[in-house]
Amino acid sequence: MKYFQLVWASLFRKKTRTLLTVLSLAMAFLLFGLLQAVNVLFSAPPTFAGADRLIVQSRVSFTEALPLAMRQQLRTVPGIEAITWRQWFGGIYQEPRNFFPQFATDPATFREVYPEYVMPEEQWRAFETTRTGAIVGRRLAERFGWQVGDKVPIQSTIWPQRDGNKTWTFDIVGIYDGRDEETRQRTGVMWINFDYFDEARQFARGLAGIYDVRVADAGQANAIAQAIDSLFANSPNETKTQSERDFQLGFFKQIGDIGLIVTLILIAVFFTILILTGNTMAQAVRERIPELAVLKTLGFPNGLVTALVLAEALLLCAIGGLAGMGLAQLIATGLARLPDFPPVPLNLAVWTQALVAIVALALAVGLPPALRAGRLRIVDALAGR
Amino acid sequence: MSETMVTVRDVHKAYTRGKQSIDVLHGLDLSIPGGDFVALMGPSGSGKTTLLNLIGGLDQPTSGEVWVAGQRIDRMSSGELARWRAANVGFVFQFYNLMPVLTAQRNVELPLLLTGLSAAERAQRAAIALKLVGLADRAHHKPKELSGGQEQRVAIARAIVSDPKILVCDEPTGDLDRKTADEILTLLQQLNRDFGKTIVMVTHDPKAAEYARRTVHLDKGALVGEPAAH
Ligand SMILES: Nc1ncnc2c1ncn2[C@@H]1O[C@H](COP(=O)(O)OP(=O)(O)OP(=O)(O)O)[C@@H](O)[C@H]1O
Ligand SMILES: [Mg+2]
Repeated sequence: MKYFQLVWASLFRKKTRTLLTVLSLAMAFLLFGLLQAVNVLFSAPPTFAGADRLIVQSRVSFTEALPLAMRQQLRTVPGIEAITWRQWFGGIYQEPRNFFPQFATDPATFREVYPEYVMPEEQWRAFETTRTGAIVGRRLAERFGWQVGDKVPIQSTIWPQRDGNKTWTFDIVGIYDGRDEETRQRTGVMWINFDYFDEARQFARGLAGIYDVRVADAGQANAIAQAIDSLFANSPNETKTQSERDFQLGFFKQIGDIGLIVTLILIAVFFTILILTGNTMAQAVRERIPELAVLKTLGFPNGLVTALVLAEALLLCAIGGLAGMGLAQLIATGLARLPDFPPVPLNLAVWTQALVAIVALALAVGLPPALRAGRLRIVDALAGR
Repeated sequence: MSETMVTVRDVHKAYTRGKQSIDVLHGLDLSIPGGDFVALMGPSGSGKTTLLNLIGGLDQPTSGEVWVAGQRIDRMSSGELARWRAANVGFVFQFYNLMPVLTAQRNVELPLLLTGLSAAERAQRAAIALKLVGLADRAHHKPKELSGGQEQRVAIARAIVSDPKILVCDEPTGDLDRKTADEILTLLQQLNRDFGKTIVMVTHDPKAAEYARRTVHLDKGALVGEPAAH
């Protein structure tokens, strides 16, 4: 510790250069923190922990709709409390940038499976009984200033009506809210009446889309998921049953092999930072070789001089790295508050990886100049040879 | 003057550059008693710095023996030499060689980092050394905020802070004007007279040599004539 001041002072010998390097390191670790968090999110094995809801989709893809008839068989699986289904409507309201998700669902069972959405009783009834009825979440309603009684035209990019018209007009019959803060964040969705949708669409009638099932005991979620999948194994409609969370991740996984993308970006970033920081350290040592020789003259052993240079590299990488990770943590925490965003887990694992990366980087950029400093021959270095 | 502080016996020093070997010192003998103040003079390239580096334990001879402060140092490993230097020698260079990023006080404390002293003790000793060289009021200045003479005083404070037996100085006034040089030389003389430090000083300046107790002349790697006492 008594050497800290010497190391610190040496590090900031060239203030601008060091600050620029720290800044680059911080940017690199900001990226590292966020991307690695995404990586952790996507590479996590499927989990049923705490899952009281399961999503049943076609084994091939969630875009492959499962038939409505399957719900009879699903009901035979023990442990399931409620079953509903939904079909992606894929509509545009006025213009594409107004994007929000719409699903066709069965009002009565939807309510059973998603009890966290609350709405006055008469609006639930209106949803069940109004063929062209739709309900919207509070946030969505506020976004477009919709009120109960409004007629909202939605142009589906997938589903034409029987007459070929792709514009569907729905009557807003209810505005639902979340029963707690967390569910309130998720009220950006529109639900339309499945029976009407199924009758009115031009093709694919009788296909439910995906099933949402609520299980009585979250501890049994895994077993129930397996029971469902084995029930439909070797049938024309093989299923893949996942927790809600894994299903949502599957959405993002469509983008591509996220793990690979993230890894490639990080390799590029760290290669750059390695060269940059390595250059800073090499230069920092090169320009003060006589000073290092003086330390040795005073009796600093070779190992200590090596350690001091290495400590300087570690300090540099730690300041930049921790600043970047701190920023990443702030951003991740901020993102977690945004709706429609999967929480990016900047967890202990990511922090541990960052610390390992800091140490590895410090060794990579610090060791060569540190060893060189340790090997310096005093008389040559003093004479500038 | 007490027993011998420096004994150099039949020392050869050759530098090899590639296939070429330059013989710098050939069979040099020198003896310096404790408490002496020796000026080492000679033409450029005669091997003064080379000899001083051997005495200060910064370099090792090709053959021969070097005894300093009662220990034979020509066979020591670099680690042993480092420890030995920290305990026995203070160095003063022509260009001061202070750490530019540290204050005068911290520069003087540097050698004490290698001791077991507490931070408070280190600060106290450095303050005493700075006071001794007359720079107590500049303790918190960085080297570039000091004049050349002041920088050299800080360097001397650093050289004496761990109370070494011997000071080796390579052209300590080579970069200073006459008046400042005289001040520095007076300071060295004081350290020799009042504190009994043995001093070996390389210089080109005959006036500087007059501050020493005696002068030895080096030419082409060998001592010439009898050591002249002042
Ligand atoms: N590391 C080295 N490698 C090769 N030659 C060296 C080395 N160190 C010194 N020399 C050579 O040894 C000779 C003596 O050098 P030294 O530095 O001891 O001379 P000096 O008397 O101190 O000269 P000056 O008065 O110019 O400082 C010179 O010819 C020099 O070039
Ligand atoms: Mg010289």
